[in-house]
Amino acid sequence: MDFAGAYSSSNLIYLLQGFAVTLKVAIVAIVLSFIFGCILGILRYAKIPVVSHVVALVVEVIRNLPLILIIFFTYFALPEIGIKMSVTMAAIAALTVFESAMIAEIVRGGLNSIPKGQIEAARSSGLSYIQTLWYIILPQALKKMIPPLVSQFISLLKDTSLAIIISLPELLHNAKGVYSGESGAKYIIPILLLAGFMYFIVNYLLSILARRLEKRLDPDRSAAKQLANTTENLL
Amino acid sequence: MLDFSILTDNFDLYMQGFVNTIKISIIGLIASFILGNIIAVFRLAPVKLLNLIGTVYVEVIRNIPLILTGFFFYNGLSYFHINFSGFTAGTIALSIYTAAFIAEAVRAGIQSVDKGQLEAARSTGLTYIQAMRYVILPQAIKIVIPPIGNQFLNLVKNSSILGVFAGLDLMYYADIIHEKTWVTFDTYIFVGMFYLVLTIPLSLLVNFLERRLAKTD
Repeated sequence: MDFAGAYSSSNLIYLLQGFAVTLKVAIVAIVLSFIFGCILGILRYAKIPVVSHVVALVVEVIRNLPLILIIFFTYFALPEIGIKMSVTMAAIAALTVFESAMIAEIVRGGLNSIPKGQIEAARSSGLSYIQTLWYIILPQALKKMIPPLVSQFISLLKDTSLAIIISLPELLHNAKGVYSGESGAKYIIPILLLAGFMYFIVNYLLSILARRLEKRLDPDRSAAKQLANTTENLL
Repeated sequence: MLDFSILTDNFDLYMQGFVNTIKISIIGLIASFILGNIIAVFRLAPVKLLNLIGTVYVEVIRNIPLILTGFFFYNGLSYFHINFSGFTAGTIALSIYTAAFIAEAVRAGIQSVDKGQLEAARSTGLTYIQAMRYVILPQAIKIVIPPIGNQFLNLVKNSSILGVFAGLDLMYYADIIHEKTWVTFDTYIFVGMFYLVLTIPLSLLVNFLERRLAKTD
């Protein structure tokens, strides 16, 4: 095992470049999937005839597919029906589609957790359904949703590593680049340790943030409810 | 529309992958359940060293990508002249990864049972072990089953990782079929359907269990 050689400055820079791609892709995907996820979640929550059922079906199908399949399909299969995109776009698109479905469920769960009395009181004081949703329900629900959302962001950061199968130049891909080939074999463990450490640091800090947020926003959540609400998805 | 001949001509290949995915999932579930419970006990034990080992295990494994763990077992151990097959390396990584989440679920479940239960049980003369067995664990199990069901669902989806290491699962066979037929779109749509056959019933089962167990409170 050659730690010194593994951690040469060129290798480190290469890994950091990969890490930058990881963060870029993750952030774009989380922002987009938050927007789409909210829309899907609200559509399902509002129980609109036909629309809600279609959304439910789409969300359930996407949620139950492996993300690696969605990524592979987006980049390699869609061109066969005319939809071509770059590796980065495919990675972002696939991650967004998958995470939107996940976030849709988080949003729906958050909205469902608001007591019906709130809606009844709001409607009986003259607010329309949309006003009720916007001014009363959503603000309360968003507070409850923050911990599972941060949890989902952590998952998404980890899931960017799946894009290695379409050769997205993210952290794990670059790490593999460093240790592949004849001369790289002695670098495998040091490089994997370093890459693992980089993922670990970001995610660990994020999870501490999530726990702090949860304590501050919802102190009366029992451990059991916490358990029921933790969304851990693929990877 | 879809070219179903790709499905029928290669059905035996699809089935190989499907059956292997099931095998991987079951082995993974058993292994991760056992390991997960051990880690949970470590975290709950009154021994600081075991607590530390348990906590480190859970925090490290949960925060790094599953693929990375997979590469560690598939490529990383070659330095020590251990060369696992894709199937073995993948299943080990999958089990280790899922065990961390199961450990957390079990730990939170046991801790969520009201402390008063343990105190009352002990004060009526039950030993710690008896209290756990007859009072705490039965209540904890009810709380823990839905998250574990969820983890099994994730395990089945995560098994698709094995395709990256030539692990003989559905994704691996999909690649073989794709090379045979030169078609990507239809091939992988069918792969998706095979996964849904596994994951949707499981997902419905987990929902059912959640509602059932919440009712008996």
